[in-house]
Amino acid sequence: MKIGKKTKTVKTIRIDVDKCNGCRACEVICSAFHATPKYSSNNPERARIRVIHYPLRDLYVPVYAGEYAAAECAGRDKYTIDGKEYDECAFCRASCPSRDVFKEPDSGLPLKCDMCESDPTLSEPMCVQWCLADALIYEEREEEVEEGETQEEIEIGLKAMAHKFGWQKVLDAAARMSNKD
Amino acid sequence: MRYAETGFDLEVDLTRGNIERVVTDPELTKLYLGGLGTNAKILWDRVPPEVEPFSPENLLIFSTGLLVGTPAVGCNRTIVSTISPQTGLMAYSMMGGFFAPELKYAGYDKLIIRGQSPDLVYLWIHDDKVEIRDASHLRGKGSLEAAEMIRQELDDPKVQIASIGLAGENRVWFASIEQGRSSASRGGIGAVMGDKGLKAIAVRGTGDVHVARPAEFIEMCNEVMQYIQKRNENPIPGVMPILAGLGSPQEMAIHDEKWHTENFAWGNSRTRRKGFWTEEVEKDWTGTMESMRTRLVSCHNCPMKCGATISIPGRPTYMMKCFSKLTYTMAAMSDLEFGLNIAQAATEYGVDAFSAPQVMAFALELYENGILTDDDLPDFPEDNEERFFWLLDRIVRREGIGDALANGTYWAAEEIGKGAHEYAHNNIKKHEQLPLKLGMLNPIYFLMYSTGEKINITQIEGNFPQAPFVTREEREEFCKDWVQVPDERFKEWFLDWELRGEKSIPHYPGIEATCEIVNWQEQMHYIDDATGMCAGLSSFPLKPPYHIHNLPTFISAATGMELDEERLTQIAKRIRNLVRAFNIRRGMRKKDEKPPEDHWKRRFPELEAELLDSYYRFKGWNEQGIPTQESLNDLSLGFVAEEFLERGILQDDDSGEVTARVEP
Repeated sequence: MKIGKKTKTVKTIRIDVDKCNGCRACEVICSAFHATPKYSSNNPERARIRVIHYPLRDLYVPVYAGEYAAAECAGRDKYTIDGKEYDECAFCRASCPSRDVFKEPDSGLPLKCDMCESDPTLSEPMCVQWCLADALIYEEREEEVEEGETQEEIEIGLKAMAHKFGWQKVLDAAARMSNKD
Repeated sequence: MRYAETGFDLEVDLTRGNIERVVTDPELTKLYLGGLGTNAKILWDRVPPEVEPFSPENLLIFSTGLLVGTPAVGCNRTIVSTISPQTGLMAYSMMGGFFAPELKYAGYDKLIIRGQSPDLVYLWIHDDKVEIRDASHLRGKGSLEAAEMIRQELDDPKVQIASIGLAGENRVWFASIEQGRSSASRGGIGAVMGDKGLKAIAVRGTGDVHVARPAEFIEMCNEVMQYIQKRNENPIPGVMPILAGLGSPQEMAIHDEKWHTENFAWGNSRTRRKGFWTEEVEKDWTGTMESMRTRLVSCHNCPMKCGATISIPGRPTYMMKCFSKLTYTMAAMSDLEFGLNIAQAATEYGVDAFSAPQVMAFALELYENGILTDDDLPDFPEDNEERFFWLLDRIVRREGIGDALANGTYWAAEEIGKGAHEYAHNNIKKHEQLPLKLGMLNPIYFLMYSTGEKINITQIEGNFPQAPFVTREEREEFCKDWVQVPDERFKEWFLDWELRGEKSIPHYPGIEATCEIVNWQEQMHYIDDATGMCAGLSSFPLKPPYHIHNLPTFISAATGMELDEERLTQIAKRIRNLVRAFNIRRGMRKKDEKPPEDHWKRRFPELEAELLDSYYRFKGWNEQGIPTQESLNDLSLGFVAEEFLERGILQDDDSGEVTARVEP
């Protein structure tokens, strides 16, 4: 592994919870974009962005999926902001055992936002394009980072499987299934 | 492979506790799309006219629209169909919100409920797992209160819930079904739900909805999104603010209520208050709304913000939309603060915000005129606003006079007698209407009021401007990008339409034009009610993103059906005629088809008769408003014609045999 410094474009979605109107169009279009073939199906449960919302408490927090976490946090805090109480989880982007968001409903594998990476590149991720309320704003900034290997999507998935079942079972299954083909 | 729809209905028999997942016939989708269309077919087949609203044989259908659950922007409606206890006809109330998409993700196009549970229960649908659960601990709870308790019980904030309050449990004939952000209120469907012993339906779905031609479909969705944005930035000039934009009238966002408060009638739909909207009132009401409204909120997958969260100190938070903002205020001749306060109680009780305030104002008028006395209203408060709370409490509990009032003004007047029917003056087909009392007969509205099967004007009117524009220049400007009209004749009628003189109401638009305009507006609603599209982005506002020229491709790209304007028009016609046929079979006739006597001051009986007769002919209905054998056959509704002949509703008109019989 090479270690060095390089400039990297960091893509972010700035979230304005005051502007969210809870329509969940972001979830709809995200899951459609990531379907295979593209847009052929739609299911918010597969979305990599979810609106954590409790309408009667006026809580609306769009959160997009970040890293997979194997274990849940030891302590979970509560925050009071503008008189409204939020669970820490409301702001957390992890796919973790404490909740059922950001997991493929069929396999249970973690989901992660890829900023709608595609060829040709989109001007903005689809969730941002479909948020007419401007609760989601796309931003890019340059950052200097340590260079490292990029972890491919398949590795994230495999690691999660290994956490769940152990490496041996995953390897056995892979060997068995590849023999079948 | 089924596209846009799941291909399954969920059938629940509450008498036997039986639950079945039933495959649906794809041929029915081709004939009736979904939503209201297929609901009407099921009701026609399974609910004969002898069935009473409150009986185990009456069905209560919660249907998703055909395109609900796809990325079709603003397509999220639940169409609830049953027999109305108040009208005895088909009630097909609808709601937006999040219920229908969740039901579709759970794997069902419809939930069909029959039977009657001996104990109060709720239904829990979690994908393939469906349970009938005890709800005895929810008895008497408010609609939102019960929904929150269920959500905690199921420990999942993503569960969507439709529930009834006390009014539904006690079978108030204008009880609603509430869903937090939205409600299905008209026709007393909440009472049918209560009669079935069903307090709530909780649903959570995690499955996929597929579309047939994804690339084409999503491109159209993107265009709709862009059009909405453009349209939001460019309101239509020359019309009042609430009609200038898209969505349901933006009552929650817009403070200017001059139009409603000065043109709609106050009290028991009696008094117009010219000059009411002063600077002082505006300041006061704006302050009320701004201090109580915490957020503007949307329905599923829609950028419009037609609803709002309302938090009043000392009361639980609730959500509101549209004209319910003013119905209580105006019925009680009060102010907005009172209106928002009592609407909170009314939402938890679960009553229709059109009927309930009018029933209360009606009772008050009866009291003021000595028809109801202190004996009927023991301990009736002195204070006007307290009286409304007092009446509401008694109606939803069916206590004392509340028992009669709970059936609505028509039936309450029948029961009270002593000339009370003079005060139940704002009904069509026994159902309370918008509190509107106007001057000059409007031919378009005359036909819509008379013949609308929804029995509710806001679900029939739409794409044609409600009134002429003042100058010809303004009209020409409006016509420039009016792509939604079916053909150029509609522009001509609008261009020539004047406020005064020869080319003004009641004689202009002429009879032919009036028929065409009413037919067009109605047709767009029937398409929406089948696809589950919100009228607010389609059939209701001026210049909407969805219209007759793009909907066929849109529906086709989602479902894979072959469709063009002609075929879609034919389907809409088929649905419209089947809904009418259902009501005809239940006894509806020409005598029932009329607006309230006092809706307009200036009436023209001859013109009105000619309008109605012409419209019947235009629609292919006979002089009683019954679809003829020939027009039924043309619409592949031969099975309706056959039953009409068997029942003697139609006589064989020698126009040929009953052909094109379609009975899948």
